[in-house]
Amino acid sequence: MSDHHDHGHHDHDVHVTHYSQKDYLVGFALAAILTIIPFWLVMGNVLAPDTTKWVILAFAAVQLIVQMIYFLHLNSKAEGGWNMMALILTIVILVIVMAGSIWVMHHMNTNMMPGMGPANTHDMT
Amino acid sequence: MSELNASVTGGSVADDVSGRYIVREHHPEQGTLLGFWLYLMSDCLIFASLFATYAVQGRAYAGGPTGAELFELPLIALNTAFLLVSSLTFGFAMIAAQAKNLGKARMWLAVTGILGLAFLCVEIYEFQHLIHMGAGPQRSGFLTAFFALVGTHGLHVTFGIVWLVTLFFQLGKHGLTPENFRRLSCLSLFWHFLDLIWIFVFTFVYLMGVLP
Amino acid sequence: MQESFDLTKFIFGRLGWDAIPFHEPILIATFAGVIVGGLGLVGLISYFRLWGSLWRDWITSIDHKKIGIMYMILGLVMLLRGFADALMMRGQQAIAFGDNAGFLPPHHYDQVFTAHGVIMIFFVAMPFVTGLMNYVVPLQIGARDVAFPFLNNFSFWMTTMGAVLVMASLFVGEFGRTGWLAYPPLSGILASPGVGVDYYIWSLQVAGVGTTLSGVNLIVTIIKMRAPGMDLMKMPVFTWTSLCTNILIVVTFPILTAVLAMLGMDRLLDTAFFTSDRGGNPMMYVNLIWIWGHPEVYILILPAFGIFSEVVSTFCGKRLFGYTSMVYATCVIMVLSYLVWLHHFFTMGSGASVNAFFGITTMIISIPTGAKIFNWLFTMYRGRIRFELPMMWTVSFMLTFVIGGMTGVMLAIPAADFVLHNSLFLIAHFHNVIIGGVVFGIFAGINYWFPKAFGYKLDRFWGLVSFWLWSIGFWVAFTPGYILGFMGYTRRVSHFDDPSVQWLFQISFVGTLMIAGGIGALLMQIYVSYRDRNTARLRDFTGDPWEGRTLEWATSSPPPDYNFAFTPVVYDNDTFADMKKNGYRRPLKDFVAIHMPKNTGAGIIISALSCAVGFGIIWHMWAFTIVAFVAMMAAIIIHTFNYKRDYYIPAEEVARTEEARTRMLESHV
Repeated sequence: MSDHHDHGHHDHDVHVTHYSQKDYLVGFALAAILTIIPFWLVMGNVLAPDTTKWVILAFAAVQLIVQMIYFLHLNSKAEGGWNMMALILTIVILVIVMAGSIWVMHHMNTNMMPGMGPANTHDMT
Repeated sequence: MSELNASVTGGSVADDVSGRYIVREHHPEQGTLLGFWLYLMSDCLIFASLFATYAVQGRAYAGGPTGAELFELPLIALNTAFLLVSSLTFGFAMIAAQAKNLGKARMWLAVTGILGLAFLCVEIYEFQHLIHMGAGPQRSGFLTAFFALVGTHGLHVTFGIVWLVTLFFQLGKHGLTPENFRRLSCLSLFWHFLDLIWIFVFTFVYLMGVLP
Repeated sequence: MQESFDLTKFIFGRLGWDAIPFHEPILIATFAGVIVGGLGLVGLISYFRLWGSLWRDWITSIDHKKIGIMYMILGLVMLLRGFADALMMRGQQAIAFGDNAGFLPPHHYDQVFTAHGVIMIFFVAMPFVTGLMNYVVPLQIGARDVAFPFLNNFSFWMTTMGAVLVMASLFVGEFGRTGWLAYPPLSGILASPGVGVDYYIWSLQVAGVGTTLSGVNLIVTIIKMRAPGMDLMKMPVFTWTSLCTNILIVVTFPILTAVLAMLGMDRLLDTAFFTSDRGGNPMMYVNLIWIWGHPEVYILILPAFGIFSEVVSTFCGKRLFGYTSMVYATCVIMVLSYLVWLHHFFTMGSGASVNAFFGITTMIISIPTGAKIFNWLFTMYRGRIRFELPMMWTVSFMLTFVIGGMTGVMLAIPAADFVLHNSLFLIAHFHNVIIGGVVFGIFAGINYWFPKAFGYKLDRFWGLVSFWLWSIGFWVAFTPGYILGFMGYTRRVSHFDDPSVQWLFQISFVGTLMIAGGIGALLMQIYVSYRDRNTARLRDFTGDPWEGRTLEWATSSPPPDYNFAFTPVVYDNDTFADMKKNGYRRPLKDFVAIHMPKNTGAGIIISALSCAVGFGIIWHMWAFTIVAFVAMMAAIIIHTFNYKRDYYIPAEEVARTEEARTRMLESHV
């Protein structure tokens, strides 16, 4: 990740997190809804399994953002923007590690694990 | 702050030149919260490795039980509720701390800790039940990955509770000093982070594990 | 009466007298040597009554300069151990043909090459690089210490305790026989039931915690503690490469921690991560460990690149050519290093599409490195080059590393790699880039910054001896490897049948002896420099022996505890050069009290307890492990109850220190 924004030594505009009751209650309510719906979808067999898989992942992604904003108070000003940059880099690496591993291991398993047909592959794909 | 001192040495032109190159009193910014955030990012990647392993081996049942056969979603829903509410109560603790209300802050901290403990008890019950059924971490690649991922999260919650108890006593001893407020802020980040990871645990492991 | 609970086993686990290798003469002789040497050292320290000073001024020190020096000492000691392994391997390979079995039986040879790799990467290269970054970065950014001084001390001791565990394996038990990355299933509990792989796992876990925390520390230091006016694009290049290196550390080492924990669980708890049965997948280990492993080598090389940038610019008397492109190149390398890892196992079977992708990314990553080489060359062009030792190491690096890099691009072609994977060609390649890049960079850095740390330069004559022996010895030692690799010879082999190639192995051994001479010359260099430290030839009176361009050269040699009496204000790159050009003079009065952190013993205590936990787990000494773990947690918690961690250096003391420096400067103009 390129870190060459001009973050000079600005002591005076240090961002201080303000904890507000509203943030926590709204965050909690949203997170609760975003949790209950996926549980209901799965426990109630509401949609086809493949569709359900992607829907609940999407809900998880949204709840991640909700909790980051309302609970972690993540914003682009905290710590001069470095928190956000660290998070973005971490997410990029995380995606590389997960997607890369799944892709690589899927090919490894297909080529190198005899007797394991597509219906029997070990991985989640 | 950075005040330039133009007359620290006074006198000749050379000294004025030198004066612009130094500052009398310099207080570097506090790095604790950024440092802790960076540590959390590294912790994220430990979980990424465990999630990746689960992704690769999540269906390696080795003829043994599957997630659909093992997972009790109502129990997981209860656990999720415990953790989510504990995030809320920690938030209340931070608000009280911000308002310099020591008693209230400690009270909400204690509630958070109890909820965390409830979460752990449910999880230990679940693990013990699975092992008793012969579905322990040694049974298959799927179960190994499951116990490692969920167990690591549980270990983090345990350490969080130890920290919480320690901080509870330190608050009692020293009050809401800037140092203690910093520590509370760090624990707050840690606690919310654990709830974040749990979102993916219950989605990726439990909910998806139950689907065919 | 039969007790179902065996108390002896609970306390001592599988540790017994048979753990000590009485039947291995080489080890017993070494053990005896270490005991004699150790007692001698202890005797000397006691005789000169240095224990108090050792504890107060070094062991408990949170000063980044002291910690940096201790890292360098650790690296040097472990270099001797790791190189002894190299000599043994080369000696064995030079003679073990046909009927001659050599002097190292296979089970011993396997431990030697495993230990050699682990030690050189984790306990030589990493400490050297970390030590230099620790020492130099706060000075370069005009700070008084790192962001978390206690954590710095703790990180050092955790690294050292990891080294202690590796060294302990030499005399109590055995080390792994799996190669430095310990692939399962060979490293699993069935194929390696002994303690060797456990020593490997726990020494790296302990050291890994130290490294990761050090990464966090330096990132926050660079982000938060730069002097006023030092924007990111005004930082010295070494600071930039340190920033990128430490970012890599923080996002990379956790993966190693996770993988080793999983292997540990397989061995200890019979889980099925990397087993051959029950749905385990050994290939996943290889995948994950190289996701760590490739960024790791960039963690090693990026600081070296930073050192070369500083050295080239200083000894050519010129601003570095292409500062912006250097920064971009470093950041690009940092990100791309995460996209190439599969080139370490093209042959494991992922197929053409995956191999092609990673082959291409591997070739792409050579481009920003090439850009850096061009920048250094353009800096040298029309510069007034002074061939001091750091500059000589830099030139040798350019020639050696570039060729090594090119052999890397050859290996990046999957089809070629199917022939060359795990051959002696590969060994030659990575030694080419690690020695030519990392080691030569470290030597350049040591020669460059030694006067700053100790107040006197390193002796030039012995430095030249070391330089030539290393530079030529390296090629003599490893060119045979390239040839043998093409011929199909693989790595990690201790005995050969075809005598027609023995001469190549013998040449390699001669090269290894030359490098040994180079290391000997390095030790001589240090000794002679210490002996002659007060001569005019070596003594550094001004703090700026090389006409330096960056802020560390503005301090005295060595710098005072507080580094800078007043924090500098920065207006341009090459800050110190800018200050000198504009007639800067040191302030001589109106000093203020300086806020400093206190020393603490908590670092070494907690680390020693972690080492004990590791030792206990290795030997299955559960009682001991539990006690050590509880004690470690207690020590950590007790440490957090310590709220009084700082003090002030009074203004009068600052004034005295600065006046002493003024007097020295005036008497040696």
